[in-house]
Amino acid sequence: MTLLTLDWILLIEKLALIIVIILASLGIALYTTFAERKVAAILQDRPGPNRAGPFGLLQPLADGVKMFTKEDIIPSSASKWLFILGPGLAMTAALMTCAVIPWGGTIELFDRKIDLQIADINIGILYIFAVVSLGVYGIMIGGWASNNKFSLMAALRGASQAISYELAMGLSLIAVLMLTGTLSLGEIVKQQQTGWWNVVYQPLGFLIFFICALAECNRTPFDLPEAENELNFGYHQEYSSMKLGFYLFAEYINMIMSSAVMASLYFGGYDIPFVDDAHLYASIGNWTALIQVGVLLTKIIIFIFVFMWIRWTIPRFRYDQLMDLGWKSMIPLALFNMVVTGAVVLLKMNHWHF
Amino acid sequence: MNITHILFWFLSALALVSAMMVVVSKNPIHSILWLILVFFAISGHYILLNAQFLAIVNLIVYAGAIMVLFLFVVMLMNLNKETEQQKNVWMKLTGVIAGGCFLVSTCNVIFNAQSVSRELAGKTALMKEGSIGLIGTLGKALFSNYVIPFEISSVLFLSAMVGAVVIGKKD
Amino acid sequence: MQALTNRAKAVERRKMTFLERIYLWNIIKGMWITFKHMFTKNPTIQYPEKKREFSPVFRGLHVLNRDEEGRERCTACGLCAVACPAEAITMEAAERLPGEENLYREEKYAAKYEINMLRCIFCGLCEEACPKDAIYLSETFAPSNFNRKGFIYGKDNLLIPNPVTAAGDLAKAKGLN
Repeated sequence: MTLLTLDWILLIEKLALIIVIILASLGIALYTTFAERKVAAILQDRPGPNRAGPFGLLQPLADGVKMFTKEDIIPSSASKWLFILGPGLAMTAALMTCAVIPWGGTIELFDRKIDLQIADINIGILYIFAVVSLGVYGIMIGGWASNNKFSLMAALRGASQAISYELAMGLSLIAVLMLTGTLSLGEIVKQQQTGWWNVVYQPLGFLIFFICALAECNRTPFDLPEAENELNFGYHQEYSSMKLGFYLFAEYINMIMSSAVMASLYFGGYDIPFVDDAHLYASIGNWTALIQVGVLLTKIIIFIFVFMWIRWTIPRFRYDQLMDLGWKSMIPLALFNMVVTGAVVLLKMNHWHF
Repeated sequence: MNITHILFWFLSALALVSAMMVVVSKNPIHSILWLILVFFAISGHYILLNAQFLAIVNLIVYAGAIMVLFLFVVMLMNLNKETEQQKNVWMKLTGVIAGGCFLVSTCNVIFNAQSVSRELAGKTALMKEGSIGLIGTLGKALFSNYVIPFEISSVLFLSAMVGAVVIGKKD
Repeated sequence: MQALTNRAKAVERRKMTFLERIYLWNIIKGMWITFKHMFTKNPTIQYPEKKREFSPVFRGLHVLNRDEEGRERCTACGLCAVACPAEAITMEAAERLPGEENLYREEKYAAKYEINMLRCIFCGLCEEACPKDAIYLSETFAPSNFNRKGFIYGKDNLLIPNPVTAAGDLAKAKGLN
């Protein structure tokens, strides 16, 4: 067998990391659904789910059991395989993003340096973009395969919205890439560990990215694909049981992943604020990496809270307003931001001091 | 037979089978989905050649944007088996001839390449080798050696964009 | 036209200021409002554990009263049925036979007395019409049911427990112990 020319330990290590990260993000997503209801309740002066377990903490499990045991209906006029493929694709695309996010520093174990990042490819951000643009297919295929007018309309809306906001998102990102000079997320985070966080240099870019992330995740105020007052229930109208669960879950995983990306790009990723990480490594070793993971998770949780806070504050846009905002405000602003950043970077490179 | 070879054969088979399915599928939506799978397989090949940037851009641009637009149009036109109109025999014949010519010329290129440069034959895939496809190298090449064609093509895109806006503005 | 109240507000149609046009400022204001609501006390009452107290004028499910000796007060005069705006009450009268004096107070009594709780609007007019203090509206709800028949309450549902023979049940129904 010459097949064994692989670094098997590396393979096992990465496999373990993948399993841990996917399970963790599924667990977090499970509790994000709970947090969504709880946050909504707190903002609306009511207690929220509090019956299942202490403080209602077992509520997501109960929901999961309900989702699994409900009858799974495939409409007779639906295109069967695509109908099944849709939610699977949405879920896969949502989970694939986690591969390039640096979840922490390195851990030294048995004389091996283990990076807490599944793959540090040198085009990390573009990879995220590719995966996000694939997430559209989950919605489109599901909406079309349902053979329902409303689903189809919602799917078309979702796709056009995603494409429109991807542009502004990419343009706002280019400014960050100009500053850091790399596409690798690991490298971007490492650069922020020593200096200021990127949000200091790129406040406008961050704002645009954040708004676009809201639109990409189909969160209110951009949740037009599931505008229930216009489209009954949106693209997942015909779905039931765990297929519906996958769609809803994919939304929450998207939220977590976009929060992680925003934290990595603009808020220093796993960088512990006000602490010299390299110094910390010298004193407590591997524990630093765990603290870093905790810090990143905290940042993600704060972002998710802001997502929810916005959801329960701002009403939905009208479709033409959404397109106006995307094409007439976000893209020019992002272009402006890009040009200004480019000019400043160029001046800095030519040793202008100001 | 190492992992690169296995991946290469797998991706090639995937690309060919899905390409066949694009042509064979009766439902245009299915054709488009198979086409997306073809793009995936091709991106996989790019990654085998260590051209990560090209692989991802292929996915973003073709699978992520253009295919979505295709899907859009086809879904809105509501094409399916019933509404597909009968093509006449001459159309089919010309299609066969055109496709056959393309096949012959492609085969010719492949056989020539094999006989002319034997060293190419062993380099079907280079995992983690070469840096031609990496973004740094690619960017430097585009902005130094090929800056004029690059800028000209960008002007072309700009004019296309302006044209689209002008058409869109006309009521 | 003369305004009926002085609460009318003229709609402002001025141009939006720059701050309003960029929209962000108003979003922040809205977010601040929702943020403040995180710290307000929530008025929820945890229902099965804690129950909200009924108002003193609450009108709930009907009861048919008995007097102190446990005799039914109702004499089937039909005034409640006449007074009822929803026509929810029907009854059949019967004559008291000798030997039934310990069951019914008057010579005539309601052999059948039915209230349709789906029709009843709980207005309390029956209570006011009754000359014999026989019908009262209590402080409970009509419980839900799966079929319409279950909402037609007969005498067996409406009569209170006999204070002489079933004093314990009565005390329980009143919520005394």
